[in-house]
Amino acid sequence: MTARESAAADVALKIDGLAPTRGVLDNGVTLLTKQTRTTPAVTIHASLAGGSAVDPAELSGVAHFVSRSIDRGTAQYSADALAEQLDSRGVSLAVSIGRHALSLVCTCLVEDFEAILSLVGEILISPTFPADEVERRRGEIVTLIRQDEDSPAAVATDALMAMLYGASHPYGRPIRGTIAHVDHIDRAALQRFHQDHASPAALTLAIVGDVAPGEVLDAAAAAFGTWSASAQPPAPRPAVPANAARRTRTIPMMNKSQTDIAYGFTAIARSDPAFYAHWLMNNILGQYSLGGRLGDSIRERQGMAYYVSSSLDANLLEGPLMIRAGVNPSNVERAVASIDAELTSLMKDGPTTQEVIESKQYLIGSMPRTLETNAGIASFLQTIERFGLGLDYDVRMPALLQHVTGEEIHAAATRAVDPSRATVVVAGPYDGALA
Amino acid sequence: MRFRANHGCGPVGRALLIVARPYNSLMVSVEQALTEASTVREHVLDNGLRVLIQEVHTAPLATVWCWYRVGSKDERPGLTGISHWVEHMNFKGSTNIPRDKVKGIIEQYGGYWNGYTWIDQTTYTETATRDALDRMLFVEAERMGSCLYDPADCESERTVIISELQGGENDPDQLLDQELTATAFRLHPYRHPTIGWLSDLQTMTRDDLYGHYRRFYVPNNATLVIVGDVVADEAIRAVQTHFGRLESREVGPRVHPTEPEQLGERRVTISKPGTTAYLKIGFHGPSLRDEDFFPLLVLDAALTGAKGINLWASFRTPPPQRSTRLYQALVNSGLASAVSAGMVPTHQPFLYTISATATEGAELPRVEDAALGVLDRVRAEGITPDELQKAKTQLRARLVFENDSITNIAHQLGYFETIASWRLYPRLDSQIAAVTLDQVGSVAAKRLVASNRTVGWFKPQ
Repeated sequence: MTARESAAADVALKIDGLAPTRGVLDNGVTLLTKQTRTTPAVTIHASLAGGSAVDPAELSGVAHFVSRSIDRGTAQYSADALAEQLDSRGVSLAVSIGRHALSLVCTCLVEDFEAILSLVGEILISPTFPADEVERRRGEIVTLIRQDEDSPAAVATDALMAMLYGASHPYGRPIRGTIAHVDHIDRAALQRFHQDHASPAALTLAIVGDVAPGEVLDAAAAAFGTWSASAQPPAPRPAVPANAARRTRTIPMMNKSQTDIAYGFTAIARSDPAFYAHWLMNNILGQYSLGGRLGDSIRERQGMAYYVSSSLDANLLEGPLMIRAGVNPSNVERAVASIDAELTSLMKDGPTTQEVIESKQYLIGSMPRTLETNAGIASFLQTIERFGLGLDYDVRMPALLQHVTGEEIHAAATRAVDPSRATVVVAGPYDGALA
Repeated sequence: MRFRANHGCGPVGRALLIVARPYNSLMVSVEQALTEASTVREHVLDNGLRVLIQEVHTAPLATVWCWYRVGSKDERPGLTGISHWVEHMNFKGSTNIPRDKVKGIIEQYGGYWNGYTWIDQTTYTETATRDALDRMLFVEAERMGSCLYDPADCESERTVIISELQGGENDPDQLLDQELTATAFRLHPYRHPTIGWLSDLQTMTRDDLYGHYRRFYVPNNATLVIVGDVVADEAIRAVQTHFGRLESREVGPRVHPTEPEQLGERRVTISKPGTTAYLKIGFHGPSLRDEDFFPLLVLDAALTGAKGINLWASFRTPPPQRSTRLYQALVNSGLASAVSAGMVPTHQPFLYTISATATEGAELPRVEDAALGVLDRVRAEGITPDELQKAKTQLRARLVFENDSITNIAHQLGYFETIASWRLYPRLDSQIAAVTLDQVGSVAAKRLVASNRTVGWFKPQ
């Protein structure tokens, strides 16, 4: 361990840690809180288990549709009344859908906290999905899907996920669904989804800001305490296909200027003991500084792309490791060959000692920055709850990374990024044949 | 990180996980939060470098932003995009930072670094643990005085930047934004996209780049901002150590002709293959120092919701807009799937631009008619007292929300100093609070007229 590496570890290990408070209301709502006093504001981050992965196979896009319409009318408030309540306090709700959760995030002034949390409760517990609002949101969703169809980046990514996981796997279906499915989603389908998946036991609230934990508990109990709904049994988790032989696909979009490459693998779940080795491997491959080894080669040395990087989505299931790059169409073959070469090198030789040290330093040292804001802390609290990482995870995590060896990172590369088993999709003004 | 088409963007950074030390126990009121910039320490070095320091001891972090008064408005035809390209070159090593040592120089401290170029400014930032302050100052001093501009690196970066341009062209909304801006301005260099025009990017030389760098990257054309868990006196001494050796130099005259008054509506239509129709309506707007600025900011909040005033942070959170006039008329009517507006403080008069994405099946003339109907009405009648109050409340809340990190606070100090004065920053709340109904009505009547607007359509074929 170098002096700087040691110092970075010390910074992380000697402090008291975030020390959030966790509690469970009598009805099963999980509450995570952290009082901070940096700004007179509070971030509310609500996460309801059950994302697009629990969409009915014959009606993909329902969860996304729910996320677009859940805040457009409740038992107590019309859509306009809700809008007025929020707008008059300067609050905007960001409702989003992931593979495994619906998230509602907002930040408000401290003075508005109880009123806003009460509204969040209304929205999550008793949405009414008014028919006219459903029709408006349908138009928006269809437009979003059409915009995606015109985006080489979205086209390449969606096609890669479909090839990696297959159309029958929830990860293989586009989160927004297809226009054909969206056309058939009605108010009853949205109500059914809410009835099936919204329950106190499925809800985790992370509340971070200048409010004492006791006050947060009282406000949460007032907003959610009387909610009763039975939780559905956990949805089955379908098996993830292994990476087999290399596959390629070209999707010509000749009206565009730049070509997007999506190159990926099915990788690992967050619960996999090899997660930390994969995390470091991905950082070395396509994250560190300007895109790791991939950035060094494709952007810095060869000048082929403005962006190139890799991402690892270790989720409840084995999420993808995906490499993305945007290149001129004349450089597609060279860029793909360069990705192949970098992966082959990492598989064959593993990381250098210097790379291992640097990525550990970076990931450990970036902790204070990531937890600087209320929103950052709230997001972190949701992550530790979703994956069962423990309330002291922030204190333990540096050691978990420090203990990973270069050999383990090498093994992760061998397991996860073999180019002979890669799936490669190219979308844009390119109609060549990829190897 | 992606900016709009008219923002250049430097290297893309990322953030990862975790821990902070316990926060201190000071209570912060809304009023305190909005006036904390009054604790800013200002110091000017003998070479003209202006230094702004604010101590914020809430996390063991420090941020540095180094700002230059040079952007795409300082470019002439033939060299459009040069400021942005220079920004890219300034990440490629210096006399004392060899090319192969750039990677990791901030990351060793868990840090994030980046840069951006826009119409009035070029800026560089690092945020890392507080013990990295000296390293961050060293990097910025090297960047100001001794970048390498290796010819091979210049050539390699040419294709990177053309790739950045082509990536933007893939997005019809960005393409329309670029065309609308170029149509609205006839003379002022704000008409050039920050990324530059392709032919200029293909022909510019290494010497062009180096000459631009040497001209504008001088201490008397820069502002250095430090915010975080630092001691101001120590920070000033460190700045003197790193930057004191750099010599000031005249930047020379800049050509910023006054845009002639627009005498009639202008229109531009892009017809290209695509799936979705887009509408933009741009009005010549006020500069930050113009008396119309804050009334128009309030008017925009009433029309499309308050965005805040932080170019670095505001766009990350959608505005509270569902009760606003244009949202009601365009989105709630089903004509558009989204509506937004850009009202950004600038050094010289830029554009106030309203954008809408037509819902699948909605014809652009109907979307435009609906938008112009709202604008004509507000031009004739102004806004209501309730709308005024709501707009002010929203803007006040956004000012609090967008100052939630040392990076964002430092951005604001440097941004305002670059286009006017950092002393305007702590007065934003009071300036907004002072806006009257009459002022909003007057600015609507004056600015939202047909002869002051440019209408852009993207019609998918």
